[in-house]
Amino acid sequence: MSWFKKIFSSEKKEILDKGLQRTKNSFFSKIGRAIAGKTKVDEEVLDRLEEVLISSDVGVNTTLKIINQIEERVARDKYMNVQELHSILREEIGVLLKEPKEEMQSVQPWVIMVVGVNGVGKTTTIGKLAHRFENSGKKVTIGAADTFRAAAVEQLSRWAEKSNAELIKQGQGADPASVAFDALQAAIARQSDVVLIDTAGRLHNKINLMNELSKIQRVMKKLIPEAPHEVLLILDGSTGQNAFEQARAFKFATRISGLTVTKLDGTAKGGMVIGISDQFQIPVKYIGLGEGIEDLLPFDKDAFIASFFDNSSIA
Amino acid sequence: MFDNLQEQLDRAFHILKGRGKITEINIAETLKEVRRALLNADVNFKVAKEFTNKIKEKSLGQKVLTSLQPGQLIIKIVHDELVQLMGGQNVGIDFSKTPTVVLIAGLQGSGKTTFSGKLAHFLESKKHKKPLLVAADVYRPAAIEQLKVLGGQIQVPVFTLEESKNPLEITEKALDYGRVHFHDVVIVDTAGRLAVDEVMMKEIKAIHEQIHPDETLFVVDAMTGQDAVNTAKAFNESLNYQGIVLTKLDGDTRGGAALSIRSVVNKPIKFISNGEKLQAIDIFYPERMANRILGMGDVVSLVEKACEQFDEEQAKKLYKKIAKNNFSFDDFLKQIQQIKKMGNMKDLLGMIPGLGKMTKNIDLKEDTFKQTEAIIYSMTLKERKYPKIIDMGRKKRIAKGSGTSIKEVERLLKQFGQMSQLMRQMQTPFGREMLKTMTAHMGNNKT
Repeated sequence: MSWFKKIFSSEKKEILDKGLQRTKNSFFSKIGRAIAGKTKVDEEVLDRLEEVLISSDVGVNTTLKIINQIEERVARDKYMNVQELHSILREEIGVLLKEPKEEMQSVQPWVIMVVGVNGVGKTTTIGKLAHRFENSGKKVTIGAADTFRAAAVEQLSRWAEKSNAELIKQGQGADPASVAFDALQAAIARQSDVVLIDTAGRLHNKINLMNELSKIQRVMKKLIPEAPHEVLLILDGSTGQNAFEQARAFKFATRISGLTVTKLDGTAKGGMVIGISDQFQIPVKYIGLGEGIEDLLPFDKDAFIASFFDNSSIA
Repeated sequence: MFDNLQEQLDRAFHILKGRGKITEINIAETLKEVRRALLNADVNFKVAKEFTNKIKEKSLGQKVLTSLQPGQLIIKIVHDELVQLMGGQNVGIDFSKTPTVVLIAGLQGSGKTTFSGKLAHFLESKKHKKPLLVAADVYRPAAIEQLKVLGGQIQVPVFTLEESKNPLEITEKALDYGRVHFHDVVIVDTAGRLAVDEVMMKEIKAIHEQIHPDETLFVVDAMTGQDAVNTAKAFNESLNYQGIVLTKLDGDTRGGAALSIRSVVNKPIKFISNGEKLQAIDIFYPERMANRILGMGDVVSLVEKACEQFDEEQAKKLYKKIAKNNFSFDDFLKQIQQIKKMGNMKDLLGMIPGLGKMTKNIDLKEDTFKQTEAIIYSMTLKERKYPKIIDMGRKKRIAKGSGTSIKEVERLLKQFGQMSQLMRQMQTPFGREMLKTMTAHMGNNKT
């Protein structure tokens, strides 16, 4: 809890609030509308709730799961008013979302590999992460293992400059596993606390590219047997149900230990996170709320659900 | 492409397939499955609802109830509706004005820069244009470098104004530059922006007003969920764009966003982008896409792809050789290379009707032909021309040279023997007749 409080100091809470405002507004205005003028949960309310959840990208299966839970409770308690529905929804979603474990252990260097499909914001997230760690007094080394996309290394080096992190790179087209190896070697020599490995975006159905990720993992283990200590899967908050396939494939190829959901400052709801976290038992670790270097916040379940549900008036 | 939706619709139709007649209850069941399939495919909630309602109306109106093959009838109705939903005909871009100015807009990470490069390459190689790329994304670190690298790869000039942080200034100067240097198409790549970011939306509106693009394209990630509709609407309100570009369709996304965006903003999808290579760009054909969804395959695309790569001269030579019965391993090698030019084997197979589902679970690597090629390359020129001379000693040498085993060499020789025999049969009057029937079949599938 102390950790949570530290992170969500008033200033940062503002970013989160601002970013999630739209999510919250639309989510709650919709639920408000769904149950306006009703005092009791009936079929119609549940139907409208289904619409709200599906329109938020929660997905058919997870939506049915949530609705079934509520139906069961309605059947058990015979009667439930809409205020109760509210708190129960919050509870049920809370059960599905996994709690992230403690952030870092005292291993040096702590290796974090970042993976995801094209255009989800891997490089930007690495820039923000580097800044976070540097700010908390950690020494950061970044490995530019996205050797495929044009100018990816240049993009990363701008971020590295901004956060004073050290960048290990090779030319475009170099073997990404070799870049990762170099980065680890450099981090050991220079006694860095954290190594961030950027990888090229890859669609999860390209088998060869997924194998490449496994290879990067294997090669890193030659230097540090436990590496990577964390594998972060970055998901674009506006992605729909395909995010499930992404999570499945990346989990198969690597040891995904956490999710980061980006672009939640837009109108997208990020509802698929609930189902993914539940189905694959992967916690959400961070959320991205903009293009600024500060716009990355550790995910906290309570804060996340609270920003969904607090201060919302039910019509 | 829409394989997953296809699978789910298959299952939905399966309920109908086994039955001689349809009852209203059966329809309800099927429609529920169709709706769920569409929702799982990220089709917008409302669009999916409207769609299934329409199907219901039409099915009942057409007296499907007594039809002998109700499943097929519903497939036809769903198919027609899907085509309608996705916009009926393909709509092209008018490039008659000089220069034609194309503005590229969209969210962050949707693939604008990559698409700009692909479009430039497409225009240059297939439409004989002289495009100019303009790097107007001054926000994302190294976005300009990215476009410069892409431009270098396809040898299309990229206009940049390194010292300027003002996209308006960049685009204005770029247009002047384009006119002076006789570029007939100017493609302006802009920064990614959220539809709710008022400052950034104002900026692109200003660019739009300043350069008066002949074509504004909204680029959207095919994996987008329910929000696709909101974003597409917001950009449309600001820019009133002419067309939509769907990217990352080489993933396994169900691509429902395509259906909903099209129906909500009433703008055509003009291009699809489906791969990391700069050639991976295609014109969008609603008809074909609907066929794919329903498992009817995409024969037209396949034929077109084949035509594009087919060298008529070589084909004539080959035909003569077959006729004279001296088809050699060298010719075989050429054929393999032609097939390889057509693109990824898995993509190709996916286009053949009925094969879409099968290929999903097969791990077909791009180097399917690698071993075959290796074996052929390990033969002497004489052996390639007269395979009959290959005895055990030669087989051993070939196996060693190609890193394979004698068994594999023998298998290839056997296959080759069968193939040339088949080819000879094709030369007989009977064979020609067979070939005719086969091509006629393919023609039927085109509609």
